[in-house]
Amino acid sequence: MADLTTVFAGGIRSPNPFWLASGPPTNCGEQVMRAFDAGWGGAVWKTIGDPIVNTSSRYSSVDWNGQRMMGLNNIELISDRPIEVNLREIAEVKKRYPRHAVIASLMVESKREVWHDIVKRSEDAGADGLELNFGCPHGMSERGMGSAVGQVPDYACMIAEWVKEVARTPVLIKLTPNVTDIRMVARAARRGGADGLSAINTINSITGIDLDTFTPRPNVGGLAAHGGYCGPAVKPIALHLVQQIAADPEVGLPISGIGGVSGWREAAEFLLLGCTTVQVCTAAMHYGYRIVEDMADGLSQWMDEKGFGTIADFRGLSLPRVTEWKHLNLNYQIVARIDAQKCIGCELCYVACWDGAHQCIHLDGGRPPAAIEASSRARITTTPIAKLDAAGAEAGAGASQTPPARIPRIDEAECVGCNLCWLVCPVEGCITMEPVNAERPFQSWEQRSAAR
Amino acid sequence: MSASALPVERNLRQFPELHPALDAQSALAEANRCLFCFDAPCTVACPTHIDVPRFIKKIATGNLRGSAITILDANILGLSCSRVCPVDVLCEGSCVMHRYNQKPIEIGRLQRYAMDRFYDANTPLANGAPFGPALVQSRDSPLAYGAPSGPGSDRSGDGEGVPDGPGRATKKNEDETWGGVPFGPPRPGPEGVPDPQAGPPAEGRTGASGADRGSAPHCVFNGAVACIGGGPASLACAAELRRHGWRATIFDNRPLPGGLNTYGVAEYKLRASDSLKEVAFVRSLGVEFRQAEVGAAVPLEQLESEYDAIFIGVGLGAMEKLGIPGEDLPGVIDALRFIERYKTFEDFTVRGRVVVIGGGNTAIDAANAAKRLGADEVHLVYRRTEREMPAFRFEYDRSKVEGVRFHWLAQPVEILAREGAPWGPAAGVRFIETRLGPPDSRGRRVAVPVEGSYFELPCELVIPALGQSRFMGMLSESRGIRLEGGSVAIDRPTGRTTNPRYYAGGDCVNGGREVVDAVADGKRAALAMVRTMGERQEASRG
Repeated sequence: MADLTTVFAGGIRSPNPFWLASGPPTNCGEQVMRAFDAGWGGAVWKTIGDPIVNTSSRYSSVDWNGQRMMGLNNIELISDRPIEVNLREIAEVKKRYPRHAVIASLMVESKREVWHDIVKRSEDAGADGLELNFGCPHGMSERGMGSAVGQVPDYACMIAEWVKEVARTPVLIKLTPNVTDIRMVARAARRGGADGLSAINTINSITGIDLDTFTPRPNVGGLAAHGGYCGPAVKPIALHLVQQIAADPEVGLPISGIGGVSGWREAAEFLLLGCTTVQVCTAAMHYGYRIVEDMADGLSQWMDEKGFGTIADFRGLSLPRVTEWKHLNLNYQIVARIDAQKCIGCELCYVACWDGAHQCIHLDGGRPPAAIEASSRARITTTPIAKLDAAGAEAGAGASQTPPARIPRIDEAECVGCNLCWLVCPVEGCITMEPVNAERPFQSWEQRSAAR
Repeated sequence: MSASALPVERNLRQFPELHPALDAQSALAEANRCLFCFDAPCTVACPTHIDVPRFIKKIATGNLRGSAITILDANILGLSCSRVCPVDVLCEGSCVMHRYNQKPIEIGRLQRYAMDRFYDANTPLANGAPFGPALVQSRDSPLAYGAPSGPGSDRSGDGEGVPDGPGRATKKNEDETWGGVPFGPPRPGPEGVPDPQAGPPAEGRTGASGADRGSAPHCVFNGAVACIGGGPASLACAAELRRHGWRATIFDNRPLPGGLNTYGVAEYKLRASDSLKEVAFVRSLGVEFRQAEVGAAVPLEQLESEYDAIFIGVGLGAMEKLGIPGEDLPGVIDALRFIERYKTFEDFTVRGRVVVIGGGNTAIDAANAAKRLGADEVHLVYRRTEREMPAFRFEYDRSKVEGVRFHWLAQPVEILAREGAPWGPAAGVRFIETRLGPPDSRGRRVAVPVEGSYFELPCELVIPALGQSRFMGMLSESRGIRLEGGSVAIDRPTGRTTNPRYYAGGDCVNGGREVVDAVADGKRAALAMVRTMGERQEASRG
């Protein structure tokens, strides 16, 4: 059985790398304790600061293809509870769950003594670490906090320095993705003495507009403000930003990966890109704390299968496999192949290739889509009726076997290996992308342009 | 005979719908399962070629009205087809999901969802074609053909009036409510050349907008067509003609229009009231309805002089007789009459034991209905075996669940009268056992009586269901319309008969298939008329 225990930045220990991210699921001690009971290894407390007043109507989502909440947006602010209540509950949780990680997320006005005060009080309460919220993109940023700090490397560095003047526990900086180059702020955090990074915070968003009221969601009495986007939809963006800071030699800090983690697979991806822990919010808001069970189980099974005894065994394994485009092999070539046995005849690859790619998947002698559709529409078909039709004529024909005419053919000489057909094919393993011309030597664009 | 108010209350209870409507959430989930195949097999399999993935996609995007119009564009009877189509052997049977180890998309129910929303919304079509509340019939006024009325009669105040002769009321419809194509331009024609001009239909009476379509030539000729028979084939033909700006009049001698859709479809599949809703929609397109028997009240000569073409959509005739003694006893009622009765009469009941004779879909419909209407036992007797039975497999399976008992290899030789009451209800049926002989010309093995193997099945009611006869004598003989095996011979792509002024479609042509086949026939014939007569007109002018 794989060992999932984690030590973050030399000081924050947790039984597994799954932390709840700062947000509604970590709003109070009672929640955090239930989360630990469910199996979460750590929790970053809902950001503590001067209590705020929230709006009613706070979330909106992007539903896709019948699936709810593939992306979630919120305009909720930091904790609306007094600082001392939060700290008292942190102390209570730590007393009862000494082996779990409790990280205090902090956001106060940009004054040295105010930061000193909140840092000391949080650590006195027993927090295992501090996460400075430099990422919140809505509301708080209008008051000079959150991403207003995180978007200016010098501010981020300065406040990190203030905090490090008094902090005894590891200090994490939570980064905002709403910048041109996330590495600049990450480097500033490093300069300021931070011990680790959390990335990413939510992405500025307007999730959608109500087509009856013309008001974007969430609607707060007829008006809306932009919010922060998270959930499964943001994972690719988060992975990229994590890779950027993980691969940057000027950063070199442990990372707690955040953004679209909803199961063990995403967690593994973040760990493979160099994260030490992952943080989850949307998935827990959607399905409850119970999702952590499969996260731990699934990751552990996968590790067993791959022969990884600890998370350190595979952390960052994918980082060397990310490079710049100019280093990619221009002579590497793949072509699509269709397994006629598996093809169900939906012809999505055909139309995708004709309209969205390179016109090298063919049906019926290379005729274009409109001609093929037109001849089908011109066909006279009738309901098969046993009494009227010769025995077994049309009835049920084609149900169990794809008619050969419906199986597309690939012109390999023309195929550029773009993957589109493989991506649109609904059947697992029906279209495969297979290497050809493997004997050709490696040549990158850089090499090719140098050779010219 | 006059029908009681529709729908028949009892039927609403006794015949819950076979495929209940989807709710919005389920429809969305189901719509999202659709792969959106290219050149989709379901569309090919549909005789009317409804663009199935397109209408399903529109459900998924919440464009329900667009979805309905996509359906109606190909099949004006999209509502009834969504309920009665044997989807297992048509669209759903061809769904690629079968080969993906998944349930096929529930195309029929999705179509029904879109159609129900469309009819519920009751909003007018483009150009203000009257598809409004005026067409929803109250229970005490089933949508019937009005009696011919004089100019003083004021049922035409809504532009929806009772025609008082070919031409007049239609003219009125055109002027006030009909501006040409009632909903978006039809899909590109068989040539597959999308029409760059295809936009909102032009104002007014419009050969112009109709002519721009791939299927119709450039012309301003708007003909007039008489459709004989009020069933699906004629409804589809007439509606398609109206969409091209032509005049269309449907002649039918029954009190209610809709043909078998109104009178002959099992109630758990399609309610008569829904059929009439659809008829009202066709009427709203400007199609004129006249209750009259062609040949008797309206001579063919009159039609020929008043109309440019005549469409024959008369369906099949009465059900075939058993040809055995006792057939005329009061306890014997053929399946179609049986279905018609229970669909339209509130007090129609069934008791005791019922024997259904025949193995087709109508036999099964009647057997199921008899069971639900209160029969203690229903026995279906077929002279061949389960294998040869013409009913769809799924119909047979469902019937077994209803509790119908099946008997194979027996054919009736006499209906027995009740002792002492030779003209009373039936007392039973005497059968002779059969065995399967050599195959006939269609490859089905014939049933051969086994000598001396008689047996009796006591019962109160006998329902023969041997299929419908074909009756085309009158038209055929006097008008040079060739028949083949009792059916009207047509040129399949155009529906034209051997008499170039006569077109035909539906059961009278195809020997008795499904509603959707009749719709396809009617539509093809209408398009052919528009094309050929339009061209002719063009040629004679030019």
